[in-house]
Amino acid sequence: MSSVARMTISPRDAERYEEKDFGFWLYLMSDAVIFACLFATYLVMVGNTAGGPTPKDVFELDRAAAETALLLLSSTTFGVAAVALSAGDRGKVLLWLAVTFLLGAGFIFLEIGEFTGMIAQGAGPDRSGFLSAFFTLVGTHGFHVSVGLVWIVVMFAQVFFKGLTAPVASRFMRLGLFWHFLDIIWVVIFSVVYLPGVL
Amino acid sequence: MEIKSGLQIERTIKPYLIGLALAVLLTAIPFGLAATGVLPRETTLIIIAALAVLQILVHLSFFLHIDFKTTPRENLVALAFALVLIFIMVGGSLWIMFDLYHRMMV
Repeated sequence: MSSVARMTISPRDAERYEEKDFGFWLYLMSDAVIFACLFATYLVMVGNTAGGPTPKDVFELDRAAAETALLLLSSTTFGVAAVALSAGDRGKVLLWLAVTFLLGAGFIFLEIGEFTGMIAQGAGPDRSGFLSAFFTLVGTHGFHVSVGLVWIVVMFAQVFFKGLTAPVASRFMRLGLFWHFLDIIWVVIFSVVYLPGVL
Repeated sequence: MEIKSGLQIERTIKPYLIGLALAVLLTAIPFGLAATGVLPRETTLIIIAALAVLQILVHLSFFLHIDFKTTPRENLVALAFALVLIFIMVGGSLWIMFDLYHRMMV
């Protein structure tokens, strides 16, 4: 039951990882500010439907609930992967990273279906201020999740080829910050966009 | 447990399971309220907002492991600063735009 970090990490390296963690945290905070601007824009624009579809017409609560479930579960499975990492169990890290990837991919699959369905019924981003703001906000989140998926693949390959070394573990923890952060943004999205939209 | 120099790597399953249970609860209630519409719209919106704030706190503490003891102080300062900016931008935008809207309608 040897912990990875304790085996290999020198105080100097640890300090470097800590600096990287802080830098990445600053990036996440700036990302949060970007999302806040998009949320403010959405809230200002949500009433401006220009005679087009309203939130009630285009939002499906079932789909939003399924998307929420996938993302929330993927956050938990990433946590299970982190537990496996701290136990030094490489096989389990790979397994749970793969599960996390599949859940995240399921989320993106549903979202793409939602977007294409809306565009097909004439509710694309060019229809009204409300829809422009909606696609920008939710699309930006979806883009982040997609980037997260790419990162998970890269992480999977690093764990597979390099093993649970200290630099890999350090990157893994930052990926965790990113992935859980996206879940928080999604909580705000369903609370600000979908639920008030169908009320 | 913290490694000598601060890189936290030790994780147990417990916080993730507690976090999941709380998050499921805090998600199911607002979705249920929105789906059934049992309460008046205004009340429902307030409950949704309150539960969202609670769920963000749950995610921060159980998934991201942010707390006042082990999280480096500068991370907390950055978080607090971001919250101030978010408050100014969201609150300010809504205040200005809805005030403007109101004045132009009347």
